[in-house]
Amino acid sequence: MAQTLEIRRSSASMWGSHTGIRTAETVAKYIDTTTCIGCKACEAACQEWNDLHRVATRQTGTYQTLPELHADFWNLIRFDERDVDGNFNWLMRKDQCMHCADPGCLAACPAPGAIVQYQNGIVDVNQDKCIGCGYCATGCPFNVPKFHTSGGKMAKCTLCVDRIDVGLEPACIKACPTGCLNFGTKEDMVALGNGRVKQLKASGFKDAVLYDPQGVNGTSVVTVLKYNKPDWYELPADPHVGLLVRGWKNVLRPLGVFAAFAAVVGTFAHFATYGPKAPPEDGDEADRGSGQV
Amino acid sequence: MTNGWVDIKNADVILAMGGNPAENHPVGFKWFMEAKRTRNAKLVVVDPRFTRTASVADLYAPVRSGSDIAFLLGLIRYALTTGRFHSDYVKIHTNAPYIITDKFSFNDGLFSGFDGNTHQYLKENWAYEGDPKTQAYSLDQTLQHPRCVFQLLKKHVDRYTPEVVEQICGTPKETFLKVADIVTSTGNAERCGTLTYALGWTQHSIGVQIIRAGAMLQLLLGNVGRPGGGVNAFRGHSNIQGATDTGGTFETLPGYLKTPTAQLQTLKDYNDSGSPTTLNKQSWATMNYWVNYSKFMVSLLKAIYGNAATKENDFGYAWLPKVDGNYSWMYIYDDMYRGSSMRAGAKEPAPEGFLTFGMNPVALGPNVKKMIAALSKLKWMVVVENVEIETAKFWNAPKEYGGAPPSQIQTEVYLLPASGFAEKDGTFTNSARWLQWKWKALDPPGQSKTDQEILSRIFLAVQNLYRKEGGALPEQILNVSWAYTNPVNPDLGEVLKEMNGKALADLHDPKDATKVVKTAGQQIDGFGQLMDDGTTMCGNWLHSGVYTEAGNNAQRRNNADPTGLGMYHNWGFSWPANRRIMYNRASADAEGKPWDPTRVGIQWNGQKWVGDVPDMKPDAPPGTYGAFIMLPEGVARLFAASLNDGPFPEHYEPVEAPVANPLHPNVTSNPVALKFASDKDTLGTSDKFPIVCTTYRLTEMYHYWTKHQEGGVLNELQPGFFVEIPEKLASQKGIANGSKVRVTSARGSIEGVAMVTQRLQPFKINGKELWQIGLPLHWGYAAAKGHTGPLVNFLTASVGDPNTWTPEYKAFLVKLDKA
Repeated sequence: MAQTLEIRRSSASMWGSHTGIRTAETVAKYIDTTTCIGCKACEAACQEWNDLHRVATRQTGTYQTLPELHADFWNLIRFDERDVDGNFNWLMRKDQCMHCADPGCLAACPAPGAIVQYQNGIVDVNQDKCIGCGYCATGCPFNVPKFHTSGGKMAKCTLCVDRIDVGLEPACIKACPTGCLNFGTKEDMVALGNGRVKQLKASGFKDAVLYDPQGVNGTSVVTVLKYNKPDWYELPADPHVGLLVRGWKNVLRPLGVFAAFAAVVGTFAHFATYGPKAPPEDGDEADRGSGQV
Repeated sequence: MTNGWVDIKNADVILAMGGNPAENHPVGFKWFMEAKRTRNAKLVVVDPRFTRTASVADLYAPVRSGSDIAFLLGLIRYALTTGRFHSDYVKIHTNAPYIITDKFSFNDGLFSGFDGNTHQYLKENWAYEGDPKTQAYSLDQTLQHPRCVFQLLKKHVDRYTPEVVEQICGTPKETFLKVADIVTSTGNAERCGTLTYALGWTQHSIGVQIIRAGAMLQLLLGNVGRPGGGVNAFRGHSNIQGATDTGGTFETLPGYLKTPTAQLQTLKDYNDSGSPTTLNKQSWATMNYWVNYSKFMVSLLKAIYGNAATKENDFGYAWLPKVDGNYSWMYIYDDMYRGSSMRAGAKEPAPEGFLTFGMNPVALGPNVKKMIAALSKLKWMVVVENVEIETAKFWNAPKEYGGAPPSQIQTEVYLLPASGFAEKDGTFTNSARWLQWKWKALDPPGQSKTDQEILSRIFLAVQNLYRKEGGALPEQILNVSWAYTNPVNPDLGEVLKEMNGKALADLHDPKDATKVVKTAGQQIDGFGQLMDDGTTMCGNWLHSGVYTEAGNNAQRRNNADPTGLGMYHNWGFSWPANRRIMYNRASADAEGKPWDPTRVGIQWNGQKWVGDVPDMKPDAPPGTYGAFIMLPEGVARLFAASLNDGPFPEHYEPVEAPVANPLHPNVTSNPVALKFASDKDTLGTSDKFPIVCTTYRLTEMYHYWTKHQEGGVLNELQPGFFVEIPEKLASQKGIANGSKVRVTSARGSIEGVAMVTQRLQPFKINGKELWQIGLPLHWGYAAAKGHTGPLVNFLTASVGDPNTWTPEYKAFLVKLDKA
């Protein structure tokens, strides 16, 4: 956990620890799928920088390293073959935590401070406080957080918060050979993406789009897509934080807290009003209980 | 590369063919994407498979493996018939106007001069016609003479209509025409396109002719010598360019000087054979730069033999081995296997010992079964490597490779631990001809030694034995100059200085004899200062300029780029003469004005050529010399009499042909292709082996090395061998993705996991469906636990190109079954 970064929001806390002492602009990764060649340099860089364990992969008939992200594999290029009006496409997209502005994982997490959103938009798991319940995975519309079996905690891309904290770009960005990845302020990355989308449209890809889903108030990963069909890239078309998660966090949880508080208050009120419970008139009840053995 | 990696960003059109740069050169591929982003360049990919490169292309065209010449000649025909070629360029910078002797002809798949007994061509039939009166070549600047190169070419390619291209290559006509439209859009002064290729072109029995066809296309479009243009070969390893430049193959000495043969008894004979004479007496004469051959050779001899090389003893020329046979590697293994050699005329014994450095012949050579049988006949073998490779344990190969049991193999194998690339300093010469110094990152482990130390220790031990005991031809060994500060482990900076060359006596200005240019002992500035009287020495004239009195120029890291074209003249050193674009005189018109003023290669400013380092005498006004200074005619060759298999490219099927050649069924494959005739050299036919197979590399793996990594991340990213199979073929055969399949050729059989994909499609050839499958090559039986796999070269044949003797790995015949 990066100590010098201000926390904007924290899981299971009614109020954040945001002091406003430090300033930090929202940052973002830029991914241009139209110039990505699926070389997996980002996968290797992620593994090495984060000192992750090797996953025992095996050849199953695909260029894709794993079917989905893994607690020991936080950055995965997805390969999809698709014929579009007689034009064959081999679509490649770098998958990792999207660092939502409105993070479903954080909303779902019941452990105070186990998931935090820093002032710069990075969403991070604080393993010190994580209880490994997996609720964050339920809350994530992108299927990102994974349970680490030997560690007993949840794990995912940190957006290299430890590198960003000291002024470096994320490891995946650093390793990218083609320049399809970039890193900077969200504002700059959106501008870069819009420029590329404009160029693609002029080259005949009328549906080209910058994927920055507003259902989660945008993400700190913006992705240039040649086709406005997020599902072709294994992205949700319109991701939202689920109603249940939202309900848990915004309705049920406060209600629960209120109910617990009310129960305590009620108990005291009851005691104050009626006094202590009187001993039973006879032993029948207790005997019946012990007779169960 | 004629140009460089960075220069690709200057292209308007990139034709990527015979290579998969996104897969194999992902870092350099940055410049492709840069061209797309900044110039909106169009990337056209022509490949049998829909590759990683194709995935980011603007247009992909499928082409059956081995049919590239038909595709390229189709493009040339399209350019010539539509007029979409750069005619001003063609007239002044190519041999299009040159008239060819009437002995040249082409009939039913054979060029004139074919000898059916030796299976070789007599190349005299393909000569230029001289004008006896003027003592010059006969030219027709109107390009109308029926025997001028332009008209002969037009006639030759006339058969390659879009329909014929479709019939041979399996490329749909509409797709071919789209490619033709984009590619020929650069056939003018305003636009420029680059051509990139790699082993997808070279590893064919017609490899050199495919490359020639590509070069001819680029010449017709006027794209050679210009920023954003060129014919650009991507080399397969980080320093393969440096190895080739430095005599890495048997037929060349450093700097592409020829290995002497026995007919050339004296230095004069040898130098004369290397310095071509020219008839060019008209305006636009030629520099014919090889007239300096003797300067390069004498300076090389002075580097090899030092003070022992004197004018009186022909500078030790007699001591150099004379090589009469072909000692390319497929021949060497054939000799080993057969136990004798007939190539030098008389029957000779086969080699009994073998040193192999940084090479894994069992894995990377064709026909593994023959290779293992060949090594089994040696008395001893020294393998110098970082890890125990397949070659080092050939005697213990899995049974299916057909080797004898270990107890019956007498070969004594020595494995000397070498150091890896990061464990030593020195230079890498990249595909762009840039020599870049690298610094050692860590010490080699245990007793591993650097290559130079291993070589030096062996050499000094042999020299010592000669001193003590004498032996045959002692001068060859005893006269070698080994004057390094530490002879046992020479400093590579010192070796680089030797390659650059130095003055052995004071050198004077040729224009002013009173002026001393270099005093004795000083490093020379470049090969222009070399002499043939023994007053200079130089280990490799082509690299001269790399280590001057200014220091080690390979270490320069200045990224100033005043032109914005990415030439970076103060970054490393680019041979020759730090020139970033070869043939750059052709980037300008007859008056020396650049074809495109926004992309200046060089231009004439009234006094001299400015821009890149000129590929021209710097103060020779336009019109003095032709742009192609290394050729005696001074112009680029659309018609080249120098190759062994024809002055024009022609479509021939692979040696293992999936179909008869529709153009000339009597001559289906290259009539002069390299073949061997041992009992292990079996070839398959399409009735038994109906599927075309090709081999290739993957981004995640480094050749046959990554599989040795214990716990490395790359084996995690690409966990094992697979067989890429078209979806429709898989469904016909009931093969499920991820299931086991068996691939069998006439030579061997291997098993792997099926990767069923739409990226491979059937080719419609002569109306019939033809299938192609693919195999990545990175596995073998020597590997870290869990990372072994089959050797794909168990399937490939010892057949190859007649000019380079490169094996035909990219198109051979197999059958496919469920395992």
